[in-house]
This record gives sequence, structure tokens and C-alpha cells, in this order.
Amino acid sequence: MSVKGRTGYFLRQGGRCALHLFPVLLPLVALSGCGADMPGFMNPQGQVAEAQRYHFWVVIALVMIVVIPVIIQTPLILWRYRYRGHAVYRPKWYMSRWLDIVMWAVPILIVAILSVYVWRQTHELDPYRPIAGDKPPLEIQVVGYDWKWLFIYPDQGIATMGQLVIPVDRPIAFSLTSATVLQSFFIPALGSQIDVMNRMVTRLHLKADHPGRFEGKNMQYNGEGFHRQRFITRAVDDDAFDDFVQRTREQGQPLNQSAYKIIAQKGDNRDAARALGLDTHDSDAVIRFAPVPDGLFHIIMEGSPIDWSTTDVSPPQLGATRTSVIQTPPDDDTSSASDPQSSSHQHKEAQP
Amino acid sequence: MSDATSLIFGRLGWDALPFWSMLDDHSAMSIINGVIATGAAGMVVLGILAAIVLVTWLGKWKYLWSKWLTSPDHKKIGIMFIVIALVMLSRAIIEAVFMRAQQAVGLDGGFLTAEHFGELFTTHGTIMIFFMAMPFLTGIINYVMPLQIGARDLSFPVMNQISLGLTAAGAALTMISLVLAPFSTGGWTGYPPFTELSYNPGAGVDYWLWAVTLSTLSSTLTGINFAVTIFKKRAPGMTLFRMPLFTWTALCTAILMIFGMPPLTVATGLLALDRYLDFHMFTTDLGGNMMNYVNLLWAFGHPEVYILILPPFGIFSEIFATFSGKRIYGYKILVIATMCIAILSFTVWLHHFFTMGQSAHINAAFGIATMLIGIPTGVKVYDWMLTMYRGRIRLSVPMVYAIGFIMLFVLGGMTGIILATPSVDYQVHNSLFLIAHFHNMLIPGLLFGMLSATNFWFPKAFGFRLEERWGYRAAFCWIIGFMLAFFPLYVLGLMGMPRRSVAYFEPQYVPWMITAGIGALVILAALLCLLIQLWVSIRDRHANNVFAGDPWDGRTLEWGISSPPPEYNFPVIPEIYSIDAFMTEKDRGQGWQAPDRYDDIEMPANSAMGVIIGITGLAMAFGLTWYMWWLVIGAGLVTLVAVIARGFGRTTTRTIAACEVQRTHEHWLEQVRLTHPIDRSLEQTTSNHGRPVPPIEGAVQ
Repeated sequence: MSVKGRTGYFLRQGGRCALHLFPVLLPLVALSGCGADMPGFMNPQGQVAEAQRYHFWVVIALVMIVVIPVIIQTPLILWRYRYRGHAVYRPKWYMSRWLDIVMWAVPILIVAILSVYVWRQTHELDPYRPIAGDKPPLEIQVVGYDWKWLFIYPDQGIATMGQLVIPVDRPIAFSLTSATVLQSFFIPALGSQIDVMNRMVTRLHLKADHPGRFEGKNMQYNGEGFHRQRFITRAVDDDAFDDFVQRTREQGQPLNQSAYKIIAQKGDNRDAARALGLDTHDSDAVIRFAPVPDGLFHIIMEGSPIDWSTTDVSPPQLGATRTSVIQTPPDDDTSSASDPQSSSHQHKEAQP
Repeated sequence: MSDATSLIFGRLGWDALPFWSMLDDHSAMSIINGVIATGAAGMVVLGILAAIVLVTWLGKWKYLWSKWLTSPDHKKIGIMFIVIALVMLSRAIIEAVFMRAQQAVGLDGGFLTAEHFGELFTTHGTIMIFFMAMPFLTGIINYVMPLQIGARDLSFPVMNQISLGLTAAGAALTMISLVLAPFSTGGWTGYPPFTELSYNPGAGVDYWLWAVTLSTLSSTLTGINFAVTIFKKRAPGMTLFRMPLFTWTALCTAILMIFGMPPLTVATGLLALDRYLDFHMFTTDLGGNMMNYVNLLWAFGHPEVYILILPPFGIFSEIFATFSGKRIYGYKILVIATMCIAILSFTVWLHHFFTMGQSAHINAAFGIATMLIGIPTGVKVYDWMLTMYRGRIRLSVPMVYAIGFIMLFVLGGMTGIILATPSVDYQVHNSLFLIAHFHNMLIPGLLFGMLSATNFWFPKAFGFRLEERWGYRAAFCWIIGFMLAFFPLYVLGLMGMPRRSVAYFEPQYVPWMITAGIGALVILAALLCLLIQLWVSIRDRHANNVFAGDPWDGRTLEWGISSPPPEYNFPVIPEIYSIDAFMTEKDRGQGWQAPDRYDDIEMPANSAMGVIIGITGLAMAFGLTWYMWWLVIGAGLVTLVAVIARGFGRTTTRTIAACEVQRTHEHWLEQVRLTHPIDRSLEQTTSNHGRPVPPIEGAVQ
């Protein structure tokens, strides 16, 4: 890792030096200079985002080998072979085997290097791939609504809206679905985004390396409240996380039929908080739910009507019904659940 | 609404008028948006009325009908395509300025409602792709390609009229949606399930659906027409490897249109089944799957990217060679690279949705396939540089666009490779980085190509040069405006700002957004410069006339005929012996010669089919949008009758007598003889009347 880190440093530095040469690339220059207070992955707070920033500069450095000659040589050629100049003029010259070989070979070589690199990094940073860590991953189920996110902590039996609270240095294993249309779940400072779709489960693994508050958003347009579909990700240490779980269990509203109806309505976090009778002074405040019916996530994912009389008593088996065309990679243990139900398509109610 | 009115008007009601909501809701926001929407609708209505009054006042209805609307001439159809593109370009740029203005003040609010903003980005995207870019490049190919291969018309002139009619119908539908609102808010990609009936029951999505369907049908027909023409109608001796590069790119684009457009027609057709007949193709329930739509859309969408970019590649190839006074470097390599790009373009569609959760193998494979396209593209860029190398470069207006293109396009290529890296794409997908990337490809690539082509071939089409001073101003405004407007979006994308956001909450975004807003104003200035350039050029048309036909010391066949060319293009079909056919003639001192004998020329006769199909297409689309079933059925029947009736027509051609051809041609040759040949240093002066001094002496000083 240290060797790679050092190469990364050189590549980054190299990238920056090259950039400073060209006023055309001003934004990127400014970007490498003022990364400190930028939101997003230029100021990474998790290992995935950090690796992504590193890839970003590696790709730029490699592609610069082709780009820089064009940007330098085009003005030079324009000047040297200007109409009123006295440089050599060969109107019928049209072919040079050596130039052709170089012209094809260099990009082929670069793409070959990039390909190996892309193949490896794509697998390494696959959002479905669990993140190694000394602590067991924390399971969080995410449901996208119009225009808010519901975060269910199945092992803790709680759920929140408006804030996603996660422990620092512990891998987080997200399972995601949508109760409505296509959306995309994204915490830029931590790492990858992933699409969420009704009837399908997607997965995402992230880890926060530093405590802090990071923006979370939806990246896929889903109507007029789209830009308000935000949340705060709060990465806290283990004690604070336990406190949060404890407080949510004590203070949370039960996620029952009436509460769920409010969540499923169109509106952002603040609209939901208002309807739930909470203080809406701070729009980033956490909305807490406890207890949460077992298996709620999978019922929503299937799109079947929720039978509130039974949900609390007999939880359906986790992961039992996947209408998803997305197959979980074999190394993911939740896909081992069997007993596929065929009935999920038969009793259906629209879920606007 | 009573049964009778709903039978006639379907679901169209008073609330479709853009000022209706303003009358109920008196909040400031509602009034501002109502005024903007009403202003736009007013401009459409006034524009149409002004056009009608003007034509009536000039007494030109008959002229318009017989010389333009029913003309099967590929040159006139090409010009009409470009007129549509320019009108739609103006509208979409104004929309872009509104969006930039909204986002410049969009921290926690702004002045546009989310609904209005959604319509703006949807129409901007739909128009720019389907009703600006496609008609523009179709128009240029329509005009130039038959001239370059020595043909008198396309293979199917009436089908060409129908293509024009369908595109005009689609464009008209988006214009009507300003008056009878709303348009879709689902973006130009129209991803379901958001665009399904259960989430979007209004007429907006249907407007989008039928406008796009009309456009794709038009482009499929166009693709077939171009490909057949290039395969079958080349002049004797013009082998494939003697075709000009622009014709080569036109061929590749035509093939891409034939295979790339139908997937979108199918996708919108299936979505229409969902919306109208309660099918479940892309719904979330009953077995529907929106991913099928996404795959179909991008099976069209990625070839589309190369449909848009290959013709500009061809245009720039012509321009680099002509204005460097030099043969194109690596002709065969450029042809092979173009073919490689065309084929590879079908293998990369998945990179538009790396984040949908497929396995890492698939993402990596498509990422690598995408990067492969960078190889031939990079080679092309170096070929263009080597074309200038050892040349005599004249920095004309088309050349300024070409230089802007080559320098900015490589940056767009670089960000394309970044987006093709799946691990990084997980960060920048759906963000403004993506917006910046594809504008970086489409403005310096497609739009600069089209504007450069307009400056290059305008003298050929109208017989006078476009004025250069305003041309330079427009070109520099475009280049600077583009950089100001889109480089900040790269940074915003890296900061995680989603595309299509009406407002945002991060104060760090503001300075970048304001810069981008200024850039949009500079682009608006560029549009004004273009209009002034056109005006000034028409004013000075006599001084700048280039009737002799070769103002740039051109290399390909189209420069060897008069400007504007006669209806039949070539009095006698030329024989071709090499690439750069006209340059070879001039080299040998064989340019501007009278043929041994003239023959009668048979040309396609005028036909109203294009107008009829355009109007019935528009009527059907409008009826389907508002559920006016009588209109749909009626217009469908008229279409059917018209097509059958056309089959019984017996006079589909008309003959131009040899003596008339001879008279026209000899008059032109006489004028050429009287024209004083000029050196390239006088190219932009009023002494340029379209006859260059013999090439070698003219270029070397």
C-alpha cells in the first residue's frame, strides 16, 4: 500500500505540475489548489472516496500524454505554418509511416495500461463488494421515497429520516430499494452512488474514516422535490452511535400504519416531520422511528400491500423474494436465502 | 366538461394556457413563472403571425409553395432543415440562459418553480438533440453530399421531403407545447417509471413521446436515403476510396442512423403502449422492467452520439485541408478510424448506467470498450494536426471554429475517459461533471462543426460569402462563452452537484454558478453575432458574390460548379480520377471546361407528399397528446389515402432540355472567364468572386 501511495503522490504532483502550465485548465488548477473546503470526493472522508480521487488523477495523468501535445503543438503549428510565414510548404505530402505507427501505438499503449488498471480498480471498488474491516459491518436498509430517504437499521430495530447516523471506522452494508421511481443514493464524501429501483435491491458498501457531517443526496431526477431530497450523514464514534440507538429506541415514534402513510406521501423530510407533529425548526434534524416492523424493507421492495396486522408478529424471511434482475455476487451471504415466492406479481397495488 | 366537448377537445382545457395558473394563484413565484411562460407562448404566436403577414405582404405564397415546400431538390430541403435547426437553436439557447440564470441565483431558491425548471431542461435537451443537432447535420449532408459525389439528387427525393415533413412536425409539436402547456419534466432521456402514467398522468410526457417519435422516424428514413445515395449514385470513377472525407462520415452516420434510430422508436412506442393501452413494459409492477427501456434508449443513445459527431469530423477534415492549402494527411487512416468509431459505438451503451448495480465484470468490460473509442479519435486529432503541418494555414472563420474544436475537444475526450472509468463514474455520474462533458463534446464538436460548415458552404449555397468580421466575433464569443459556461460545471460536478437541480444549499457552489451564468450570456451574444453576420452578409451580397463558385480554392467536386448551383447540380456528370477531384482538375489546368455535348436531364417533379405527411403527422401527434381521437383517426386516414394516391401518380419526373442546360452552363463559364482570379491573401476581400489563381502559385508566395 505504501508503494502505491507514493506513486499516487507522484502522479498527483505530476498531474498538478502539468495543469499549472495551461490556463485553459484553470478550473482544474483551482480545484487542486482549493480542495480543502470543497464538498465531495476531492475532500474524501472514506476509503472509497479516497481511492476514487486517486483514480481520477491517475486517469488524467495518463490521458495528458495525448492531450498535452495537442494543446501545445496546435498553436505552434498555426504560427509556424501561417499563410504569411516562410516555413516549408508541401501541399502534396500526405503520409508518413513512422508518424502513423507512433500515432496509433501511443494511444493503444495508454488504453492498454488504462484497461488493466480499470479492470482491477472496478473490481476493487465494486459497490457490491464488502469492505474488509476488523469490525462486523453494520446493516442499513435504505428506501427512497418522493423526496426523502428512510434509513432502517434492521439489527437495532430502529429507523430514521433526515439523518443517517453511522459509526466511524465500521464498514456499512447498505441494501437499497425505492418505493417509487428510479433514484440514486449518494454520499459524495464517502464514496460511490448507486441507483435504487422499486422491485429491485441494490447494494452498496461504504466506510467513514473520520467523524463529521457529510451531505447525502439523490442524483436521479424524480420530480419537483428532487433537489430537496437531501440528508445529513453523521459519522460518530461507537459510543455516540450506541447513544443514538438508545435515544432513538426511547424517543422514536412507532413506524405504524399512520406513520408510514405520512412517509409515503409526496414531500420532503420537513413535510413529513410536520405531518408527524415534530418540531420542524431545524430542517436537518433527525426523525426517529422505533420500533420498526421486521421485514418492512422487503415488503416495500416487493411492492405488495403492507398488512399491518401481521407485520409485527411474523416477519417474512429476509431476502426471500427478489424480482431483481440484479444478482448479488456469490460472496454476498444474503443472497443465500431460498424459497422464491412467485406471488409477488399477483397481488399488486400501485405505489405512487 | 360535457361529453360533446371532451369528444372534440379530448382532455385539452383552458388550464393548458400558460397564464391560467397565474389567474388562480397570485403568489409572486406563480406570477413570475406565468409571465415567462406567457411571454414564450406569445413569441411563438407572434412569430407565426409575423411570418404569415410577411409572406402575404410580399405576395410570395405561390413562390414558397412551388419553389420550396414542394420542391424535391436536395439543396432546398437541406436549407429548410437548417432553417428549422437555427430556429430551434435560438429557442433552446434562450432556455439555457434561463436555466443558468436560475442556478446563478439558485442558492435556497431562485425565481423559477421546480416544475418550470423541469420543463426547461427537458425541452432544452430534446430540442438540442432532436430538433437542432439532427436537422442541422441532416441539412448539411443533404446539401453537400450529393454535390461531393457528383449526383443530381438523393436516391429517394420524395422520401427526403417526408423526412423533412416529419422533423418539422416534431419541432412544431414542441413549439405548440409552449402555447398549450405543459411539456414533460422527465428529461430528454424520459426514464420510466417516472414517465409512466401512474407518476406523470398529464399531457407533458405525451408531447415529448410523439415529438421524439416523429424525429426518429424522420432520421431513420434519412439514414436509408443517404446510405443508398452514397452506394448507388456516385459519379463514374468515384470509388469508395476516392470519396471526400465528409461523404465518408456521412456514410458512417447514415449507417448508424439506420441501426441506431429504431431502438428509440421502439422504446418510445413501448412506452406509449404503457401510457395509452395499460401495458406493463416499463412499469414497476406486473412484470414490467424499466431497465429494458434504459437499454433500448442507450442502444440508440450511444450510436446517436457518433451520429452527431462523425459529420463534424468530416467537415473539419475538409476545412483543415482546404484552409491549409494541402492534401488531407492520412486519408485512408482517417477513413478506417471513422469506421472503427462507427462500429465501436454500438458496443459501449452500458457506460451510461454504470451505477445500476450490474456486476463489476460488465462495468469493467464496457469501460474498456469505451476507452477503445479514444484510440481512433485520438488518431484523427493527430491527423488533422499533421494536415496543417507543412501547410499554408489561413485563419478563416471556419478555421477558427476548427482550432477551437481541436483544442477543446481533446479536453472533452479526457473527461470522457474519466467518465468511462467505472470507479470514478460512481462519483461523477448524474452530476454536472457529466453535463460539462457532453456539452464539451457537443458544442466544440457538433455545433462548431455545423457553424464552421455554414461559413464554409454558405457561399456555395447562396452565391455570396458570409461577412467575416461578425463571423470572427461570433466564433470567439462561442469559444469563450463555452469555456466560461462549462468549465465551472466540471468543478461543480466534482463537488457532487446533481444535474437537473433547480436549487441547491451549498454556498461553495455560488461563484462557479455565477461564472457559468456569465458564460451563458456570452453564448447569447454569440447567437446575436450570428444573426448580425447573416444580416450584414445579405446586405452586402452584391459586393461579396462568388458566382464563379470557388471562393476558398476548394478541393472537392462541389467547388467546380456555379454558386448557387443549378437545380441539376452538374450539367454533365463528371468523371473522377482521384481523390480531391476538383483540385486535380485545377492542377492539370482542366477546370471550368465546357463539355462536348449536353443531354436532356430528368429531374424529380414537385410533390406535396412532404407537406401532407408533415401536417398529418403533426395532427396525429397532437391528437394523441390531448386524446382527440377523431383527429388521430382522420389524419391517419388522410396519410393512408395520400400514400396510396401517390402510388397512382404517373408524372414523377420532369425533363430539363439540353439547350437550356447548355445556355445556363455557358453563361456561367463566360462569367468565370470574366472573373479575375485571386490569390489567397485576398480571400476575405470584395475582390474574391470565386475564382482562385492556379493552386500552386496561389498558395506559395
